[in-house]
Amino acid sequence: MDGFLATPVGHFLFVVAAILAIMIPVLVGVAYLTYAERKVLAAIQLRKGPNVVGPFGLLQPFADALKLLMKETVIPSGANRVLFLFAPMLTFALALIAWAVIPFGPGLVLADINVGILYLFAISSLGVYGIIIAGWASNSKYAFLGALRSAAQMVSYEVSIGFVIITVLLCVGSLNLSRVVEAQKDLWFVVPLFPMFIVFFISALAETNRAPFDLPEGESEIVAGFFVEYSSMAFAMFFLGEYANMILMSAMTSILFLGGWLPPLDIAPFTWIPGPVWFALKIALCLFVFLWVRATFPRYRYDQLMRLGWKVFLPLSLLWVVLTAGALKLLGWLPTGA
Amino acid sequence: MIVTLAFYAFAAVLIAAAAMVVLARNPVHAVLYLILAFFNAAALFLLAGAEFLAMILVIVYVGAVAVLFLFVVMMLDVNFAELREGFVRYLPIGAVVGVILAAELLFLASVWSLSAEAPRLLAEPVPAGVDNTTALGLILYTDYFYLFQASGVILLVAMIGAIVLTLRDRPGVKRQDVAAQTARRVEDTLALVKMKPGSGMIVVPKPEASRGEERERAVEHTPHGGH
Amino acid sequence: MGFVDRNARSFLLSELVSGLALTFRYLFKRKVTINYPHEKGPISPRFKGEHALRRYPNGEERCIACKLCEAICPAQAITIEAEPREDGSRRTTRYDIDMTKCIYCGLCEEACPVDAIVEGPNFEFSTETREELIYTKERLLANGDRWEAEIAARLKADAPYR
Repeated sequence: MDGFLATPVGHFLFVVAAILAIMIPVLVGVAYLTYAERKVLAAIQLRKGPNVVGPFGLLQPFADALKLLMKETVIPSGANRVLFLFAPMLTFALALIAWAVIPFGPGLVLADINVGILYLFAISSLGVYGIIIAGWASNSKYAFLGALRSAAQMVSYEVSIGFVIITVLLCVGSLNLSRVVEAQKDLWFVVPLFPMFIVFFISALAETNRAPFDLPEGESEIVAGFFVEYSSMAFAMFFLGEYANMILMSAMTSILFLGGWLPPLDIAPFTWIPGPVWFALKIALCLFVFLWVRATFPRYRYDQLMRLGWKVFLPLSLLWVVLTAGALKLLGWLPTGA
Repeated sequence: MIVTLAFYAFAAVLIAAAAMVVLARNPVHAVLYLILAFFNAAALFLLAGAEFLAMILVIVYVGAVAVLFLFVVMMLDVNFAELREGFVRYLPIGAVVGVILAAELLFLASVWSLSAEAPRLLAEPVPAGVDNTTALGLILYTDYFYLFQASGVILLVAMIGAIVLTLRDRPGVKRQDVAAQTARRVEDTLALVKMKPGSGMIVVPKPEASRGEERERAVEHTPHGGH
Repeated sequence: MGFVDRNARSFLLSELVSGLALTFRYLFKRKVTINYPHEKGPISPRFKGEHALRRYPNGEERCIACKLCEAICPAQAITIEAEPREDGSRRTTRYDIDMTKCIYCGLCEEACPVDAIVEGPNFEFSTETREELIYTKERLLANGDRWEAEIAARLKADAPYR
């Protein structure tokens, strides 16, 4: 077996299998995230949510997918055809390739690269292109306004996400995601860096265009924002991409602040459960908060959104970078690096 | 072998995309080709073992700078006929500038020589035991520390300059003062007043010089019909 | 104190947290959903649903073709034509209601001197074509036969308030 894996063909097949082993759970997760969203929102609004298709409505995501597949792909006559179809593919692909560097457990990672966290940050900052291109290629004013809003919003919140990541990096001393998790062996970063955790989570909401920062969609003002003109599979790809991004952001939150695959306490009953299960549980917890927040808060106004990003989060995260660096230096806790 | 193939593939796409940046008629397409070019440049960095630079290139140029380019270019209302109008008239001066630039490049290329160290460094681009993030940090914060700080100061000056140029205080604009809003309490705005039926009353607003803002203090109430 | 208190509250996001706490409590409250086709909500005896023409217990139709309903109908949805029957009594030969025009105001029911035209409890009469929504006399009488028990009970329940 080892001999076969060492050959180029064997290695290739192994990588393909690993990719499938990541992709399929992620896509099933996306499907059931839509289900969970409808159920959680319904429960908070005193409704029951989908409960007809299959037991407890569990087959609802597949019914939805089938419905979308059967629909007609409409391409507006004024649209730029190539870019119009390219945008949803880009969004979907970006949401998936980021999973390459996510460590699911000790050593359980497809590409254990040295700059994993930068890779994630780069991929998440590329997400805006799908939206901008969709908005521009649709040749529709609503789509265009949605795209502009989204571009400004994502660029603004990336700045504070960047600073939050820097504070975490200061405490870890490595850009490798596995090392980030291992550095939290004794204490999850959510405890010492709690304000940054909050800033990161709220910025993640803004970065994924989720309520209360879902202005790019803003159905009450600009119909559906950047994907007004999309239907059928093209729409489904945006939809899948958005939800995959939510899961990705939750995974990032778990890795950076909630100790990734580590159990809450390093003692017997917790250590029996394998790491990937803990990781999935933490992701599920973050996703629940995503949905919970959506059910609770009204949408921000655009100028409030910008104010929060630039005038509150940016100074706060900058200050926290300075404080963290100073504290680590004064207390002599700076990690030694490589 | 695969690395060489990948290098030529990325390099070819990079050059083609760079050419298309200049040749594309639609400015939005040009910016998108520019982004493609950045990507391929990042891929070349990766092949050279400079993963930190590759990621920074993607984050800074693709993730931020090109977004702003696209942002601006998308909003342009380009009239192609108007664009081509002055082509013949400006051709001579354009040609002169082009020839000068090409000549400069040629001169530069003719005196280009490889450093004596280069072949040795090429043979081992990534020294063992040091990842290139650390290596960059070690150089940047020791040998080139003052230059690094100076470039930071230059960027800061540019940023302040941009803010100073665009910031203007327009009088008479109504703005939301979030701090004042969140500091507002019920007692500040609402007074419960016992009224005798049929008697109109006016409650004089308490002076509120501290906030510099006129606020209605109490509900002015005039009942219909004087009984 | 007030200043410190307020700022502490706003920095600790106390309002956001209390909002989240409220929605979290609602998560476990009893749900109010009615599984519609299987379960239905109660409707009032005055509910104005699908129209019906009633008969007397002996099978004689109530309508005497006075055309008061046609006259009062604000949407002009009712069309009536009348002729004497063989036995000399005045009856309608045509009684059409265009259900696409009807606004379910119930004025026809109010105007009727013999309680012939009524709006029944049925609200599930959607069709696939518009033509099916133009109700003829036969259809209305059939409705009356079908819903008579409920209609009588409703009229009885509502009678004290009329």
